[in-house]
Amino acid sequence: MTEMLSYEFMQRALIAAVFTGLAAPAIGTFLVQRRLALLGDGIGHVALTGVALGLLTNVAPVLTAIVVAIIGAIIIELLRMFGRTSGDVALAMLFYGGISGGVLLINLAGESAATLNTFLFGSITTVSNSDLVVVALLAVLVIGLAVGLSPQLFAVCQDEEHAQVSGVPVRVYSILIAVLAAVTITVAMRTVGLLLVSALMVVPVAASQQLTRSFRTTHLAAMAIGLFAAVGGVVSSYQINTQPGPTIVLLALAVFAVAALFGAAARRVRGRRHPVDFARGDI
Amino acid sequence: MSERSTQPLKARGVSVALDGRPVLRQVDLDVSAGEFVALLGANGSGKSTFVRAATGLVPMSSGTVELFGTPLDRFRDRHRLGYVPQRSRAVAGVPATVHEVVMSGRLAHRRLLGWSTKADAAAVTAAISRVGLPDRTRSSLSELSGGQQQRVLIARALASEAELLVMDEPTAGVDHDNQESLAELLGGLVHEGTSVLLVAHELGPLRPLIDRAIVLHSGEVAYEGPCEGLVGEDHAHVHMHTGQPPVPEGLTGEGVWR
Ligand SMILES: Nc1ncnc2c1ncn2[C@@H]1O[C@H](COP(=O)(O)OP(=O)(O)OP(=O)(O)O)[C@@H](O)[C@H]1O
Ligand SMILES: [Mg+2]
Repeated sequence: MTEMLSYEFMQRALIAAVFTGLAAPAIGTFLVQRRLALLGDGIGHVALTGVALGLLTNVAPVLTAIVVAIIGAIIIELLRMFGRTSGDVALAMLFYGGISGGVLLINLAGESAATLNTFLFGSITTVSNSDLVVVALLAVLVIGLAVGLSPQLFAVCQDEEHAQVSGVPVRVYSILIAVLAAVTITVAMRTVGLLLVSALMVVPVAASQQLTRSFRTTHLAAMAIGLFAAVGGVVSSYQINTQPGPTIVLLALAVFAVAALFGAAARRVRGRRHPVDFARGDI
Repeated sequence: MSERSTQPLKARGVSVALDGRPVLRQVDLDVSAGEFVALLGANGSGKSTFVRAATGLVPMSSGTVELFGTPLDRFRDRHRLGYVPQRSRAVAGVPATVHEVVMSGRLAHRRLLGWSTKADAAAVTAAISRVGLPDRTRSSLSELSGGQQQRVLIARALASEAELLVMDEPTAGVDHDNQESLAELLGGLVHEGTSVLLVAHELGPLRPLIDRAIVLHSGEVAYEGPCEGLVGEDHAHVHMHTGQPPVPEGLTGEGVWR
């Protein structure tokens, strides 16, 4: 453990994992609440085109990725708002366009499959100090807005029309959610990679809601699970010598499996202790 | 004169086209302060569309709506308006407690990035007990029955302590006893000066509260007057649906809002 911490690249990797692990579920909870769990994947694919564009034009891939991902996120929200395309079809088109564009541009840039691989599955151990600063700043922004605006975001995701009648600028918040998701994806690109980014936004939420009843607990517990999976994944990937991205995601899935078992057991116990009470809550 | 300018709802010549098809034609509808107005009509006659146009959810092709004397597009005092949408899908992808959902009815009172205040908490608790669910406050919405969920949506509208309540079939799926408690509750609110625009198929226990009924037929006002005047065709219309279960959303064309 101490040996591991003595490597500077591992210190950076762990710090990046902390920020990613907290930020991804912080915004992912709202995506799941809106039933747009796959939005993260769609934006991730689009971000790949952004990365490729960066490699082709010799601009930092993180920058081009973030710009392209935000544009993609806004387009998908506009399609949902004004277009006749339903959310899932718009998403499917993003998937196809993003991945084809990305691979095509990477070919044009003359980059090898290995480069592609680092973006698809993450390369947390190559995080530089300046990368780390960008990751930290963006993650703090995402976490701050996702937690600070949670009453508004909750209302928009729970019942868009009611929120609008209550005077919440629903379109602004919808676009904000998509943009924050896009930012998170570029933040997490280095840690878990574009193909698995969305897993870190969705799986911790799925895990925490096995055990919770309220939105607030689900939100916070998801962030805790994300933190555990990201840090635990980096540590175990070092110990068993695997790629961090998939290790993090498998760890999150393991937490989900345990939570699902516990949740089912807890519900059975509760059911036995309080046999069906027909009058409960009904007057 | 000042009485007129604070009239909660004043709609003139409201026409709405959805997908290029006219759904409402030249509807005039007023709700005065302290008045209880029922909006009736067959499935697809445009009741929800009117309510959605009047609250700014669907654009009008012509006509004007004033809320409390302010044109709809400039109306900012959203806390004066409480809304119960017509829907069956209140449950989202992440669990939320009754308290949390009802608390979202307080948003128009709250500041950006602010904690909820004692007043917010008190209004939420009061609204939840008013719909008879005080012991389910911490339950997840998905653990409640359809009728209980409907009452949660009513509580969310009540929590705003609004001066005008716009309710789209709030009693759909609510049993007779709870409709009676709702009638009692609304009666009390109207007595205190709250105005109500209620869409319903079945007036049931609410009938004695209603000052004026408006019947829509194919997007046009077919009758306006007291409940007792609901005779002939309109009467048949209102009663045709009495006792029928609410039509699932998918069948009414309401569900297309993704
Ligand atoms: N999103 C939509 N796009 C196109 N047409 C729609 C849409 N929503 C409703 N309509 C149509 O508008 C008409 C009026 O619908 P509306 O929902 O206002 O009826 P309603 O009176 O509320 O009926 P119900 O009693 O079933 O609630 C219907 O003919 C319906 O087919
Ligand atoms: Mg309707």
